[in-house]
Amino acid sequence: MRARTRILVVFAAVLTGALAWISLIPISAPSREQVFEIPKGTWERRMAGEKIETLPDHIYLTAGVRDILVLKNRDDVPQIFGPTLMMPGQNFSLPFERPAEYQFACTAHASGQMTIVVDSYPATPWARISWRARELIRRL
Amino acid sequence: MKRRITTLLLACMAAASFAAPGAFKSGVFDPPRQAPEFSLQGTDGQPLNLNRYHGKAILLAFGYSTCTAVCPVTLHTFALAVRKLGPAASAVQVVYVTVDPERDTPARLKQFLANFDPTFIGGTGTAAQLEQVRKDYGVSAKKIPYEKTYVYDHSSFTYLLDRNGRIRSLMPYGHSADDFVNDLNILLRE
Repeated sequence: MRARTRILVVFAAVLTGALAWISLIPISAPSREQVFEIPKGTWERRMAGEKIETLPDHIYLTAGVRDILVLKNRDDVPQIFGPTLMMPGQNFSLPFERPAEYQFACTAHASGQMTIVVDSYPATPWARISWRARELIRRL
Repeated sequence: MKRRITTLLLACMAAASFAAPGAFKSGVFDPPRQAPEFSLQGTDGQPLNLNRYHGKAILLAFGYSTCTAVCPVTLHTFALAVRKLGPAASAVQVVYVTVDPERDTPARLKQFLANFDPTFIGGTGTAAQLEQVRKDYGVSAKKIPYEKTYVYDHSSFTYLLDRNGRIRSLMPYGHSADDFVNDLNILLRE
């Protein structure tokens, strides 16, 4: 009984500590850039009939944390990447300041559309918890 | 100690104030590429090509005069930005290329642009010429039947070209005149 209580206390302490951490520690990222790249050989593989997606339909960014979309064309030919035409070896860095949902015409997508969702900076404990939960789900 | 903290704070504030204006609000290309040249019919009666504006920063946008959603907002934003730039605006040229050669004659385009700023220059040409320009710039324009007429679903961004005719950045639709002023000032200071 005593051992069981001790385990429960430890469990509650760990849970409280974890909740405190995810709700109180400010959100930060090692880089504010979210990078997508067209690898070398993509055009050749597409010409050979392979279906390659280099950019998701939806991209999620967070203002003040990770709010710069970086596109890199590492292929040998110019490509429409996201909203723009990019030359081989070219990078494109697009910053987002305002939280909103941005629609871009993108011929590289089957839908012809790319959506960039910029969430507001998670400033409150509850916002930090939900931001971290969303990030975890997106990564899974 | 107090003086040291004050100095440190002032240094941080100075660093922040210097760092902020240097950043583009638009998406930056690295390395920048030379803007593909074109030869269209200008709304001033002269051939329109980028070389004419060498030494000026250029705002290059694509649209059509009967556009009711995107183009009026974009052109109004350009007009505001040009006004806010003051005397520096003489080193900026707005170039607006139509995607609708059927309806946008030079005269019609000129009249449309004059609603915003008479210094704005428009360009039109044959369907094939305009298609080539769009291809060179990665611009899309899709004709869509609408009631008894048609509309265009077209790219709504603006290219910012530096004084040497290089495509430096791309401003997505919806940015404010202040954002354009910020980026144009960066290009003009170079």
